[in-house]
Amino acid sequence: MIALLTRDLRLAVRAGGGFGLGLAFFLIVVVLVPFGVGPESGLLSKIAPGVLWLGALLACLLSLDRILALDWEDGSLDLLATAPLPMEAIVSIKALAHWITTGLPLVLAAPVFGLLLNLPDAGYVPLVISLLIGTPALSVIGTFGAALTVGLKRGGLLLSLLVLPLYVPTLIFGAEMARRAIEGMEATTPLLMLAGITCGTIALLPFASAAVLRVNLR
Amino acid sequence: MGSIWEYANPKKFIATTDRLLPWVSALALVALVGGLIWGFFFTPDDYKQGSTVKIIYLHVPSALMAINAWMMMLVASLIWIVRRHHVSALAARAAAPIGAVMTLIALITGAIWGQPMWGTWWEWDPRLTSFLILFLFYLGYMALWAAIENDDTAADLTSILCLVGSVFAILSRYAVNFWNQGLHQGSSVMRAGAMMGDTEERVSNVYAVPLFVCIAGFILLFIALVFLRTQTEIRARRMRALLARERMN
Amino acid sequence: MPDLGKYAEAVLSSYVLSILLIVAMIVVSVRRSRKVKAALEEIEKRGKSNG
Repeated sequence: MIALLTRDLRLAVRAGGGFGLGLAFFLIVVVLVPFGVGPESGLLSKIAPGVLWLGALLACLLSLDRILALDWEDGSLDLLATAPLPMEAIVSIKALAHWITTGLPLVLAAPVFGLLLNLPDAGYVPLVISLLIGTPALSVIGTFGAALTVGLKRGGLLLSLLVLPLYVPTLIFGAEMARRAIEGMEATTPLLMLAGITCGTIALLPFASAAVLRVNLR
Repeated sequence: MGSIWEYANPKKFIATTDRLLPWVSALALVALVGGLIWGFFFTPDDYKQGSTVKIIYLHVPSALMAINAWMMMLVASLIWIVRRHHVSALAARAAAPIGAVMTLIALITGAIWGQPMWGTWWEWDPRLTSFLILFLFYLGYMALWAAIENDDTAADLTSILCLVGSVFAILSRYAVNFWNQGLHQGSSVMRAGAMMGDTEERVSNVYAVPLFVCIAGFILLFIALVFLRTQTEIRARRMRALLARERMN
Repeated sequence: MPDLGKYAEAVLSSYVLSILLIVAMIVVSVRRSRKVKAALEEIEKRGKSNG
């Protein structure tokens, strides 16, 4: 398992795509928002947590099809399927590798990009915490979507259509937690809900992803 | 008559539904036309909402069917996963576009109703938002069916998507509830809730009877369309199989 | 025609739009059903004459 994880990580770093592209996309979204809504700093600081969450989500979405597509093309996915490792473990490792290469950099970059959007001082810690707790769910759900569309030629667009509705609860609770913390309201409820969703998806969704992948490899 | 599983035989399903279809369609037509005419022409205006109360005869039945269609798809998907009856998977496929149209009708009538009542076409009210999300789920489900060529693979993948989607749809429902209350401190929710509660509680017999007729009409229409569309899907599947065999020879 | 008062537009437009959507859905379903039925019959006939 660890060998698979290190292999995936090494491939992602060497290909360079996953790492840099997601971050650059995140930066561009953050930069474009003031152009769209105007440079007024009050407004920007008000919408900052939502924009940062949305940017992270979209950046995550962008790299989803790379989770499985490359392994599918060169046939290593078929090899993995015959390996002694259960399919559930494989998809979990894939999700973890995606989170380390995409989710974690986004979490670390979020406070820096927060500066650009006038994120209020009280918002940095809750935002990072909510992203840290929420982005694993994005990766796990995304792996499910990637497994669904892995055999398709133009899967990318379909993948977004399938995955985005599934992202709704995570986005709502994540952004809500950061926003509530900034406004000084109690933020434990959304925090707990967010953590619940993340734990639930990590525990259960790999079974669905594995089932889907088995169907696709049939 | 044997067990219900006999209808899992495509030929038997087509034969039975062929016999039932004219009756169900006729009943659906009678109930729909009757209920809507009754509701439109022969019910009084509400003292507060005026004539907009008449929209209820479209809004409530379509919203009900939007949810029921998804539940039917969920059950059909489960049957496919457990017992692998093709008719079941194809029925789920046949129901999805109907459910999507029902959701769309509920959204449109809701927006048109909301305009004079709440003074806005669109309110990010939990109920409206949930329906919009449900509509997105329908779109994704249909897109996945359309994208995969192999019938069995498509049936497997979409039924798993339907299961996972159901869980997430319920999660979204609660998340959305939470989110809007957080934003508006309950004001708009209260307003919307009061509106909804108002119509639901105050539906006296004058409104209730035609409403039930309309609901029955929508249910019958749904059944008739599912029968027809499932037949179509069964035939289309057989056609693809025959064509594939021809190419082999 | 009942008197719809100032909300006539809202009521009428929702009825017209909904009925249009329902009718369109029925028409599309029936049409596709006929088309597929005819196509299948043709293929089955062809299959029989060949084999």
